[in-house]
Amino acid sequence: MRPGYGRRPSPAVAARNRRRALIAWGFCLPFVLVFAVFMLLPILGSFAMSFTDFKATDVQAPFNVDFTGLHQYVALFSDPRFLKSLAVTGTFVLVGIPITMVLAFVLALALNSGRGRIVALFRVGFYAPVVTSIVAVSMVWRYILQPDGLLNNALAVVGIHGPNWLNDTTWALPSLILMAVWRNLGTLMVIFLAGLQALPEEVNEAALMDGASPWRRTWSITLPLLRPTLLLGAILISVGYLQFFEEAFVMTKGGPLDSTLSVAFYTYQQFGFGQYGLASAASYVLFLAIALISLLQFRLLRSKD
Amino acid sequence: MALDTTLQEAPAPTLTPRQRRPRRRRLSGRTITYGLLTVGVIAWLIPFAWMAFGSFKTQAEITQQPPTWWPVSPTLDNFAQWFGPLNFWTFFTNSAVVAIATVLGNIVFCSMVGYALAKMEFPGKRILFGLVMVTLMVPGVVTFVPLFVLVSQLGLVDSYAALILPFITAPVGVFLMRQFMLGIPDALIEAARIDGAGEVRIFARVVMPLCGPPLATLSILTFLGSWNNFLWPLVVAQTEPHYTLPVALSLFSIGQNATDYGLLLAGAVLVITPILALFIVLQRYFIRGVATAGLK
Repeated sequence: MRPGYGRRPSPAVAARNRRRALIAWGFCLPFVLVFAVFMLLPILGSFAMSFTDFKATDVQAPFNVDFTGLHQYVALFSDPRFLKSLAVTGTFVLVGIPITMVLAFVLALALNSGRGRIVALFRVGFYAPVVTSIVAVSMVWRYILQPDGLLNNALAVVGIHGPNWLNDTTWALPSLILMAVWRNLGTLMVIFLAGLQALPEEVNEAALMDGASPWRRTWSITLPLLRPTLLLGAILISVGYLQFFEEAFVMTKGGPLDSTLSVAFYTYQQFGFGQYGLASAASYVLFLAIALISLLQFRLLRSKD
Repeated sequence: MALDTTLQEAPAPTLTPRQRRPRRRRLSGRTITYGLLTVGVIAWLIPFAWMAFGSFKTQAEITQQPPTWWPVSPTLDNFAQWFGPLNFWTFFTNSAVVAIATVLGNIVFCSMVGYALAKMEFPGKRILFGLVMVTLMVPGVVTFVPLFVLVSQLGLVDSYAALILPFITAPVGVFLMRQFMLGIPDALIEAARIDGAGEVRIFARVVMPLCGPPLATLSILTFLGSWNNFLWPLVVAQTEPHYTLPVALSLFSIGQNATDYGLLLAGAVLVITPILALFIVLQRYFIRGVATAGLK
């Protein structure tokens, strides 16, 4: 490296770099403003508020609130309803995700073996629920799950006396999980199908030559090769499942006896009661869970580059 | 291998049906697969059919036991209620205005940042991109409480601005645009620069015209997100003139009309049909968007 080159740019180059940086920031400006005000500020604000006794009555003078340390978190974790909401959200995620994943994988395998228009039709059919408003489809499902609704009438045909799905503490959460599976299957199906179509043909063909059965090829070749896609799908869907709210809002209002009270619903309720500090603390617990999962996704995306 | 068609009747006089059945006449794997898929897809679509049929039933018919499948005496009363006393068009206009403004904002602003992040060098770039990646998945439930305080401070509660502004750009959109723009050859941009085009001109005339695919994906995902958005509009739209469709529908469903299923199903039809129609027309883009972006 010769002196005078590279290290210290000449004034002309420095001026050009500065001009370029200005232009670049000019391109970023609208986004940065909106992002700072409506995303970063609330994220930090939520964090700050969770350490105060912020109430609805403090909205006009937000800086008059008192710092209360970890008080809100202590209150949160000694509230049996919050603990219940953690359990409900956990069940929703841990039961809902495996079911959605397995169904979506089987579906993707089935569609991947076919060709042509008919496959496109199936894909559209299974994907359709994904695009619909949760509020609207929750209304439809509430109607289907009525004690004398479509589902129980169908069950009666085969001699089963169905329960009052949404008003039964045992069946309310499984009903919401069922609807979540119905609505989210399409997303995973499409992601898995894209993953399957990107797999190298040769490996499968080699196994075929070696006489491996279809079952064995799926288990020992397709599944391991598809692992990154499966993981990505699991992460995506779990971030969605962790925040489930609308289903409960429309179908059960969190009941009966809090059996469908999710963390998001709990947060919304505390907000409604004017307990902004407590609501912020609850939302931050949810945020931590989602942040951990996002971190996993971030590393995953990186390792693929 | 799997091409053998099934159930081809071939005369075989020397064998009795009993002897032949077990091996040769088996249904092929593909037929079984398609059969199961057909049953599955019908089951998957039944809720839509049930919703559509129900929306044309009278209150008496909808509570009747056993239920009718096809409406016996179809009526438009449920829809007439929405279009008449329930101000459907107000909610529809609100939803549409918010969604379109959000889409336009994302198209312009996310592309601009995406371009800077993909094709320019500037101090702070890594930090900016890092922040975008970190906030990629921050859900509304985390930010809505302080956001509400902020919006109250700004005096924007119950306004279009409050419904639109927080969503006018999104980290996901920035990420999507940047990823695509990384693939645009530098030589193209250099050539335009040598021809004397300014940066804004290069962006608008050279880069943007190449970005059709990611812009389609971005528009669809943003429109979908906005049309179906619920928590924030529920919090911030406090009077009927600013309700979006899902908010209006949900509040009717837990109020005095909670058991008026004809009305509720008609409302659901009105919310779902526009987006379902859009999906059927543009399904390739919807599905490609999800598959490639992998990010909702």
